[in-house]
Amino acid sequence: MNLTLFLLFPLATAIAILLASGLKQIRVIALIGSLLQLALSGKLLLAYYEQRAAGNQSQMLFEYVQKWYGPLNLQYHIGVDGISIAMILLTAFVVVAGILVSWETEHLSKEFFFLLVLLSLGAYGFFISLDVFTMFFFLEVAVIPKFLLIGIWGSGKKEYSAMKLALMLMGGSALILVGMLGIYFSSKTAGGAHSFDLLELAKMNIPLARQMLFFPFAFIGFGIFTAIFPFHTWVPDGHASAPTAASMFLAGISMKLGGYGCLRVATYLMPDAAHAYSWVIILLATIAIIYGAFATMMQTDLKYINAYSSVSHCGFVLLGIGMLTQTSINGAVMQMVSHGLMTALFFAAIGMVYSRTHTRMVAQLGGLLKIMPFISTVFVIAGLCSLGLPGFSGFAAEMTVFMGSWQNPDKWYRLATILACASIVVTAVYILRAAGKSIMGPLGNDSYKDLTDAKWYEKSAAILLIFGILVVGMAPFWLINLIQPGTEFIMNKLAVVATGL
Amino acid sequence: MLNEYFFVLKAEWMLIAIIFLLLFLKVGTSDWKNETLLYGINILLLVNLLVGFFSNLEGGLFSGMFHNDALLILEKNILNIGVYLVSLIAYPWLKKHEHVLEFYILLLTTLLGMFFMISSGNLLLFYLGLEMSTIPLAAIANFDLDKRKSSEAAMKMIISSAFSSALLLFGVSLIYGTTGTLVFTEITPLLNGSPLQLLAFILLLAGFSFKMSVVPFHLWTADVYEGAPVAVTAYLSVISKSAILFIFLQVLYVVFKPMSSEWYFMLFFLSILTILLGNLFAMRQTNLKRFLAFSSIAQVGFILLGLSAGSKTGMASVIYFLLIYMFSNLAAFGVIGLVSASTGKESIDDFKGFYKTNPFLSWILAIALFSLAGVPPTAGFFGKFFLIMAGAERGNYVWVIFAALNMIISFYYYLKVVKAIFMDPNDQPIEKLTVPALPKLAFVICLTGMVLTGILSWIYEYIHTLSNF
Repeated sequence: MNLTLFLLFPLATAIAILLASGLKQIRVIALIGSLLQLALSGKLLLAYYEQRAAGNQSQMLFEYVQKWYGPLNLQYHIGVDGISIAMILLTAFVVVAGILVSWETEHLSKEFFFLLVLLSLGAYGFFISLDVFTMFFFLEVAVIPKFLLIGIWGSGKKEYSAMKLALMLMGGSALILVGMLGIYFSSKTAGGAHSFDLLELAKMNIPLARQMLFFPFAFIGFGIFTAIFPFHTWVPDGHASAPTAASMFLAGISMKLGGYGCLRVATYLMPDAAHAYSWVIILLATIAIIYGAFATMMQTDLKYINAYSSVSHCGFVLLGIGMLTQTSINGAVMQMVSHGLMTALFFAAIGMVYSRTHTRMVAQLGGLLKIMPFISTVFVIAGLCSLGLPGFSGFAAEMTVFMGSWQNPDKWYRLATILACASIVVTAVYILRAAGKSIMGPLGNDSYKDLTDAKWYEKSAAILLIFGILVVGMAPFWLINLIQPGTEFIMNKLAVVATGL
Repeated sequence: MLNEYFFVLKAEWMLIAIIFLLLFLKVGTSDWKNETLLYGINILLLVNLLVGFFSNLEGGLFSGMFHNDALLILEKNILNIGVYLVSLIAYPWLKKHEHVLEFYILLLTTLLGMFFMISSGNLLLFYLGLEMSTIPLAAIANFDLDKRKSSEAAMKMIISSAFSSALLLFGVSLIYGTTGTLVFTEITPLLNGSPLQLLAFILLLAGFSFKMSVVPFHLWTADVYEGAPVAVTAYLSVISKSAILFIFLQVLYVVFKPMSSEWYFMLFFLSILTILLGNLFAMRQTNLKRFLAFSSIAQVGFILLGLSAGSKTGMASVIYFLLIYMFSNLAAFGVIGLVSASTGKESIDDFKGFYKTNPFLSWILAIALFSLAGVPPTAGFFGKFFLIMAGAERGNYVWVIFAALNMIISFYYYLKVVKAIFMDPNDQPIEKLTVPALPKLAFVICLTGMVLTGILSWIYEYIHTLSNF
């Protein structure tokens, strides 16, 4: 299976969008492109199972190496394991859904879909890369589309939010840059050259002092992308101001880039420092979880509610990574997938409500279930998944994180786990309150009576995401089995503690 | 032998031929229309550019005073591309100008001076080339004949460059005093880092810093950039800066190699100051030309970071960055020049809502700004990344972290302009402009350069193999 197709498809779609004219052509091209990509992801999954069934035990499959910038020893090195496949599947789902919900974007539609596709290109490239340089390249490719999407098509204080998001993510990139250069210059391959190659780097041991110095840069850098406390402030503003599809991409895909990077680059390549700093990660993650949950309680805008709850939920990802047990890391990856699907669904539902009622204020909504039963159901499903009802993906993922966290015997870590668990109660409060107020009860406004329910494209987007949520929720072991071989390699590296060199 | 005189000096002969041709045209009065003249000259420059890639001969002439090697040929070709682009983007402005021929004669004379300067193997020829490349520039900075600011720019430029030349000459005289020679290859073994030589180097560095507009020797930059015609500003900020950096590379890496630990620390302080002040001032600018002036000061700070590596990768990354910087900056100046020539508007506020009326130009300007900010997939990302990477080679992470954090600031002010173009509402946006064929060609070349120079790694690899260090 040629992984470069994951770059060529979006690229071809983007070029086709540029050549097309009129909203009708453009959206059809974008949809076909994203559906092809979804099919390709499915094929990748099947090919992966085939390889594993055939007894292929290597860490990465479908590897391909091409020299890029030879004198600096940079490579275009791609390959996937179960973790990346899970992320690629998530991306493909969210992209299709995102394009479907933007079906009626009239304003500058060509640019809009072009930027969406470009954003997805960055995400795919990031997840298939096995070279830190290419990863960084694709990570940054996705920044500019976000800035423009929010700034041009957004609502509210969009310029401010776009600028804040772009600058904070750029700050994250700057920290990653320092971290990765530190890794690069600490490495020495057999030939004596430095390397950015993830697998090469995993084979050598970076000196302890170097790890202690550069781990914070890399981890916090990627952490900013996934809303690590106290650098989470771009999330609420960015998500709230973004157009629906961009919110979905931001929360569903973009924040996952950070979690994936924390795991794959920072933790995997600098295991000693990961052990040494794990208490800091846990502390920050616990603060994010609790603070995020309480901050959500105070919100009145639906998008802010979901954005702050994203801060809280992404805290679980970092908590799982910080606990450094296999189950917890599995849980972190699952939480990324689950949160990606769930939050995309939530934003889609909010977008559907907003496009009809033109308000996102909980206080002004009400009684929507009578008028738009489909959208309201979607809304409730997203909410229930968010609060971790069994049967939905949120429960499976959070449960795995908690189980994994409890395996870490340190009493302070257990305290953090308990606190994180307790936050679920708060989640239940704000979700039930928001859903209850806006969906049940009397109509918030008489003019709502004439509103229509979801159109076919909105329905398909929602059904697609709900399908994903249910698969993960009902058959979590399917996902765990997929990511397990990947996390095992990370655990093996983490087990070799304090080699020092 | 005659062959050698011709082919080693080929790039220079070509320019001399064009300059004389234009002179004859000027003397033999003709009433050609400006458009015809400009098309003709641009074709000549294109020929000049293409010829630069063929039948080049390496070697030394005049007992080592002038030399030419593969790297220098590449550098001259880069400068040729730049001049061709400047000429293309100057079209809307020159079309209405009455002194087209004089403009090109002066412009190409400065280019000739730069060629001699970067090819020099002797401080004397170096100084000669430097002056030849500066004095005519001051004349063309004054080419907006009816604007007072333009004359002011020319005046400021000539005074500050005379001052920096004096510093430089003082340094040269001290070098001569301590070593007894002006030839590059003979100076190197005689350098021992004695206080007098250190002083000589500091003076030389100050002279260079003036020309490169490194803080604290940058004060002339913004005023001159603002006052001069846009095409001249583009030329100043790209071509003449690149040329001076090319020779600076030679001087640092070859001539002053024995003193590398001394110059490393000087570069460190200069670079920190330059990046910081360039960025801080760029944030506050409202005029686009001044804005680009300060942002280009900050860029030089990054170049110094790459320069400090003192290795083959350092050299390659600087030349590579300059190539990309040329495409990006010229694209930005091209758009600004076009707008300024047809509407006279140059401030950032005027560009609000620019996207609604001029989507093509907006994208060019935005991509150029992204490339300057160093955002992928534009080539600027690779350029800046390799500079910082080269800077990290010596393990000075304070410097690297400082540069990385400053990239955020620079990102902010570039995005501010993008925001004005795409997002800010404006009741009276700049009207729809027709882009003439020649600037359009320049934009296409710049766009291709900004996209492909990064993705196609062989360009960097080629420069790397040529970096003879």
